[in-house]
Amino acid sequence: MPKPTQLTADQILPLLDDWFEVEFTFRNTDVLAAALALMSAGDQAFVLDWTRRIASTHVEIAFQFVEQSTRALSLMDGRMIEAWVLHAMDIYDRSGLYSGLKVIREIDLFVRQGRERASGCVFEEEVGVLLPFVQGLSGRKLKVEQGDHTFTDSEVIFLPAVMAHLPDKQENFKLYKAAVAHLWAQARFGTFRVDLEQYIAAHPTPDLALRCFHALESVRLDACIARELPGLFREMGELREKLDDADLPDGWSSVTAELTRREATAADSLRLVDKVIGSRLPATNCYQGRLMPAEVQAVLAKRLEREQAQLRVALKLIDDELKEGREDEEAPPGKFEVDKKPDMSVPEGFQIELMLDGKSIPIPDDVKGTMTSILQDLGDVPDEYLVPAGAGEYELKDYEEQRLDPEDVWGGTYHEEGAFLYQEWDFRRKHYRKDWCVVRELPAKPSHDGFADRVVTKYRRLLGNLRKTFEAMRDEDRLLKRQVYGDGVDIDAFVEAWADVHVGLEMSDRLFTRMHRDERNIAVIFMVDMSGSTKGWVNEAEREALVLTAESLETLETLGDRYAIYGFTGSSRKRCEIYRVKTFDEPYGDEVKARISGIEAGDYTRMGAAIRHLSQLLREVEARTKLLITLSDGKPEDYPDPYRGEYGVEDTRQALYEAHRDGIHAFCITIDEEGQDYLPHMYGAANYAVVKDVEKLPLKVSDIYKRITS
Amino acid sequence: MEARILKPEEYFIESEPYYQPVGDEIEIFEAAYRNLLPVLLKGPTGCGKTRFMEHMAWRLKRPLIAVSCHDDLTASDLVGRFLVKSGETVWVDGPLAAAVRAGAICYLDEVVEARKDTTVVIHPLADDRRVLPMEKIGELLEANADFCLAISYNPGYQSVLKDLKQSTRQRFIALEFDYPDAALEQKIVENEAEVVPEMAQRLVKFAHMTRNLKGSGLDEGASTRLLVHAAKLIHDGVDPVVACRASIAQALTDDADMLAAVNELSASLF
Repeated sequence: MPKPTQLTADQILPLLDDWFEVEFTFRNTDVLAAALALMSAGDQAFVLDWTRRIASTHVEIAFQFVEQSTRALSLMDGRMIEAWVLHAMDIYDRSGLYSGLKVIREIDLFVRQGRERASGCVFEEEVGVLLPFVQGLSGRKLKVEQGDHTFTDSEVIFLPAVMAHLPDKQENFKLYKAAVAHLWAQARFGTFRVDLEQYIAAHPTPDLALRCFHALESVRLDACIARELPGLFREMGELREKLDDADLPDGWSSVTAELTRREATAADSLRLVDKVIGSRLPATNCYQGRLMPAEVQAVLAKRLEREQAQLRVALKLIDDELKEGREDEEAPPGKFEVDKKPDMSVPEGFQIELMLDGKSIPIPDDVKGTMTSILQDLGDVPDEYLVPAGAGEYELKDYEEQRLDPEDVWGGTYHEEGAFLYQEWDFRRKHYRKDWCVVRELPAKPSHDGFADRVVTKYRRLLGNLRKTFEAMRDEDRLLKRQVYGDGVDIDAFVEAWADVHVGLEMSDRLFTRMHRDERNIAVIFMVDMSGSTKGWVNEAEREALVLTAESLETLETLGDRYAIYGFTGSSRKRCEIYRVKTFDEPYGDEVKARISGIEAGDYTRMGAAIRHLSQLLREVEARTKLLITLSDGKPEDYPDPYRGEYGVEDTRQALYEAHRDGIHAFCITIDEEGQDYLPHMYGAANYAVVKDVEKLPLKVSDIYKRITS
Repeated sequence: MEARILKPEEYFIESEPYYQPVGDEIEIFEAAYRNLLPVLLKGPTGCGKTRFMEHMAWRLKRPLIAVSCHDDLTASDLVGRFLVKSGETVWVDGPLAAAVRAGAICYLDEVVEARKDTTVVIHPLADDRRVLPMEKIGELLEANADFCLAISYNPGYQSVLKDLKQSTRQRFIALEFDYPDAALEQKIVENEAEVVPEMAQRLVKFAHMTRNLKGSGLDEGASTRLLVHAAKLIHDGVDPVVACRASIAQALTDDADMLAAVNELSASLF
């Protein structure tokens, strides 16, 4: 890199005037330029570069950044300043100008938090480990989410966003883990089996009673963890030594002795509350978090009802299945019972076995989960849970959580439930905008108008040829000759070799034939542009091409090739829509044909978001080769954002680059004859094709297939 | 033990391989064997299918020819082929033909992995004909009365392409294998690796933790075989946490977060 040259105030001034649009905003840039002129050449270049990048997002943020820059350089190093301005821009993206500017102004706060973050653990980074950790532990599968306090509602464990009580990152992770384990133990070892809410409500000093109960439970649960997970218990002990007042107050040793017994339950803790309520309580330990009885009660009540329904419906299914085809098919349901086998290795002290009419039957996996959960809540599976459901008694749907429908977005109520958030590349900022695009997946509207059949008739000759082209790629077993190893003797080679030997030449060892098959396992997604500009003949062409391609690809289905078709359109970053025309698992049939026919022109093309979403789908399928083929009529553009022109092209390019990094091959087939200008830049010179008529399009697809598999 | 060279059909198992029956699988296998019926073993990896076959071969005093099938395995790999030896072609029996001739037990491990053309030779052997067509030399090989065909497959890999066809599976007596219950598994680990019961119990607990994660991050939980591996390392003086990391966690996943989580789980137990 060339060494930056020192600029004078006069040289800096026009730059700032340009970026800050002084012509319209009348900002005073003289003072800023003078201050910048005093910096070293390196600092100057650094600040000016960022000023330009920030100004592309918002002029005011950039202006205040320059105002703060001298101070920022004295407080932080380059990397941290970068983090600071990127954070400010993220906040601006998410919550607007006021909040963004606040980050720039409150530079000291950022520096302080930065120190915390450097040694602390961030929830987002650790959740990938904490979640499987807690799900590996026995019992009901708990979820882990970020919350304002550390507590559990008996289904979800809530943890703070940052854990920074200890000076070192690894120690802070241990603290997260200890909190997770403690809250898991609450759910696992029956803290919520007592009716805490009622008890607390009836108590003269509810807050104190809750604190006492929590302290007692912590003693009991620590003992449970010590028995169940001795290694973790050791670690938790170390943490307590570092952070807490480890000594128990006087009079607690007898309490401790009682609660650390194996048989001790939450009821014992509750009973002991009155005994310790007058005395000094042990210090709150570093991982115990809070007890929130009301939250637990709400979740618990719903769960009990739901699981009773689930279990009874499942038992009905088991009963029906066993009776199927037997004479007593119409007989009343059998009698289910639960048999307990003592087993001290599990917290309940017994294992359960499901009995039907006195005979033991295996418990299916999904039922096992429900029964474990019930057992955890009630300590037993009550008889009323074991009566198979009557016909139509339950509608399991009623117990599932109500979801907002993505289509409501168009009905006036904006929400982001069930939507996917994707980042977007801002080329001026040279950085991503976090969670910028809101993508929703919607079912495509079918139109049963016989369109596909008309296309098949119209292009029947072409289709015949296309099928042949694709069939030629079904390179079934090929006989390889002159192999070193193989199934049979290659007579030609053998005769030659025999002759060679007789004239005194060296005999070749390539004498065998071998059947060989190239393994093909391709997953391809067709991403169809449904933007407004396709209205008319382009849309028609796209639909025809899709029918032809799908018809041809059917010949490859048996070889493990799969394909899916998705349409995309939208307007603005908050409304990017992906329409499911055909998923990977769906067969090509009347419904899919109708959906292809129903593809219609919509609004704009925000390609980056669509590519990111569909690459994500491709990442989730297992295939040796993954292809993303875009059918489009032109440049990416969207309104009202600056997605037109360079911004859109650069974001699309970045999205394709991300896909490429994960081994996804991206191609573009376009009908835009001007595409030559920007397509090579986005897709790479070899990965796009401009076609003028529909008939060529499926042939292009077969070209791509050939290229990728040979 | 010195390395020995044996022909496959001469490989008799001399000392009893340790096997803990879970149900009545031994009786069923023996009955199937007496009635010249082929056997299909279903179950996840590392739950004792191969060990069961060794045990049965020892019990029935027949040589065991085990073939691990892979996706390039063809019918001629099983039946045999011509080789060129000093200017002449010589027929060499494949493992299946050798077993059919010698009256051995032929065990085709993970049979769905093999090429589709292997069904051509498996089907006539697996029904009452019990013959092996040897197309290349134009012969039919009638099975020795002691011959037995056993195949295994893991229904866990649910892929349409890797499923056993009905026409194949409906020729076999099927035995289902699964991980043994906790107490039995503990006994197996104790016995195989000579560790104290307390240690075996914790290992089994760890295995259950990883099995809880099946489907939520792991494709498969730790098998009994992996537990035995870990226990052997521990018996040899390796620290339990390190042993679990090396022999179980690393074997289960390559995903960094999952590895960390599995390691945290084992560390919390010891």
